[in-house]
Amino acid sequence: MSENSGTAVLDPPVDDRPAAAPVRRKRKRHKHNLAGYAFLTPWLIGLFAFTLIPMVYSLYLSLTKFNLLTAPQWIGIENYTRLFSDPRYLQSIKVTLLYVVTSVPLKLAAALLVAVALNRGLKALGFYRATFYLPSLLGASVAVSVMWRQIFSRDGLVNQFLGLFGVQGADWIGDPRFALWTLVLLSGWQFGTPMLIFLAGLKQLPQDLYEAAAIDGAGRFTVFFKITLPLLSPMVFFNLVLETINAFQTFTPAYVISNGLGGPIDSTLLYTLYLYLKGFGSMQMGYASAMAWVLFAVIGLFTAIYFWSARKWVNYAD
Amino acid sequence: MPAKHLGLVVIGFIMLYPVLWMIVSSLRPGDEIFRNPGLILDSLQTENYTEGWNALNPSFGTYLLNSTILVLGCIIGNLVSCSMAAYAFARLNFSGKRWWFGIMLGTIMLPVHVIIVPQYVLFSQAGWVNTFLPLIVPKILATDAFFVFLMVQFIRGLPRELDEAARIDGCGHPRIFAQIVLPLMKPALATTTIFTFIWTWNDFFTQLIYLTDPEMYTVPVALRSFVDSTVATSWGSQFAMSVVSLVPIFLAFLIGQRYLVKGIATTGGK
Repeated sequence: MSENSGTAVLDPPVDDRPAAAPVRRKRKRHKHNLAGYAFLTPWLIGLFAFTLIPMVYSLYLSLTKFNLLTAPQWIGIENYTRLFSDPRYLQSIKVTLLYVVTSVPLKLAAALLVAVALNRGLKALGFYRATFYLPSLLGASVAVSVMWRQIFSRDGLVNQFLGLFGVQGADWIGDPRFALWTLVLLSGWQFGTPMLIFLAGLKQLPQDLYEAAAIDGAGRFTVFFKITLPLLSPMVFFNLVLETINAFQTFTPAYVISNGLGGPIDSTLLYTLYLYLKGFGSMQMGYASAMAWVLFAVIGLFTAIYFWSARKWVNYAD
Repeated sequence: MPAKHLGLVVIGFIMLYPVLWMIVSSLRPGDEIFRNPGLILDSLQTENYTEGWNALNPSFGTYLLNSTILVLGCIIGNLVSCSMAAYAFARLNFSGKRWWFGIMLGTIMLPVHVIIVPQYVLFSQAGWVNTFLPLIVPKILATDAFFVFLMVQFIRGLPRELDEAARIDGCGHPRIFAQIVLPLMKPALATTTIFTFIWTWNDFFTQLIYLTDPEMYTVPVALRSFVDSTVATSWGSQFAMSVVSLVPIFLAFLIGQRYLVKGIATTGGK
């Protein structure tokens, strides 16, 4: 982006030009420090006031006991050591990891399947794309979580349908064995965003490979696994990173569906919900800050693993 | 219907069925929700809507107004501040640019939880809790780095000839930005507007934290408080208010579909 920065002074002057040219050239290459920082000012203030300084302060708070009413009291790493002997915390980690490793693959698989099914020169592509994308926009709302809570309640929509076939469905939301899976399903329902990214990628794939495969008589599965999937792997990677980061931070459905408690018996106590309960429910803000930093580290770890593994499976041939 | 359409139609119908059923059920007598999984309406009942609208004090109209004010503030904040930062990153050459750009990209990935506690401390000391300031002021200061990135990508795709010609004519950067680059950026500004609208309208976590006075409730916070305060038998009015809260999202989707699809495809594809 700033390939000229710092080299302007070293460039030899061009002397076979009219006298005015070097001046203009110099002006063109001149660094716009004043204008640059003037345009950047709002962002810079925001960066320091609302991101960098709060980060430092958060790190400090994570080493203190703090309830907002009295001054923070330094306790060193005690918050961090306490985390790992807190059974509810360990439960929230278990629930969150289970949620992430099931909901992300489900969502990406659905997105990829539908994107491939849509990428066949369909006439009504715009209509289908809109239909499948809409849940992604609605899904983050409290309203859809309210809807989900009803659908999977004891006498909700799902059980009414099961009843038509004489099957007595479970109390999906109220049963700790099933409650988390209703959240996973809600996440899968919102596959529209990664689907759009896959669709954009599919449109750019070179057609000659497919023609060659057709001549060789390759079947649809062979074509998908040997051509489409490897060519699309950069997009799989991008979606995987993005959706993993999002999944770790899921809050709204867990809060609404479990009535803000993470129940039944902590089976939907997602990480950020427990963080909210600790920080803003019982005002243990030092503890909540420590939780936030562990979350940050875990997300960073997952991202690092993805990037490290990328060279083994992501195809950057072009 | 050709075979390749059949599967897609069935999947699409199943996906949208719960939403359609919620809309239909909100227009039915309350107890039918528990025994009618179909979509056919026998009669049109609007009592769920009047009941839900007035269930909390103040009425739902206040929450819609609050959400609207908040959304407008966030949209204006994002448009102004993110486009300025994007212009600097995409067109101006200044010391430390590479460094700041890297930091900007890093903040996209930062979980809000890492900074929410100190921000809350800061805003509560400033007396900003139960105002919209903690939700709007950060947007005025371009903390939504995703949109900065989106606009940088867009400006980089614009031809440089126009602003270079203007510079030779003696235009300063404020004029080049306001009269040349901004008008050309309309698609990116539209994408930002629509995404900001939908994300702010849906955002629950930060609004739940900062807005605790019912007079200041936004739609999601009010809806959730409504669900909490009613017994399970009033699904009808809960559905009715859920439908009301989804209407603006649906309208934004209809109007801005083109920009949404393009915005996701380009930021995802690069």
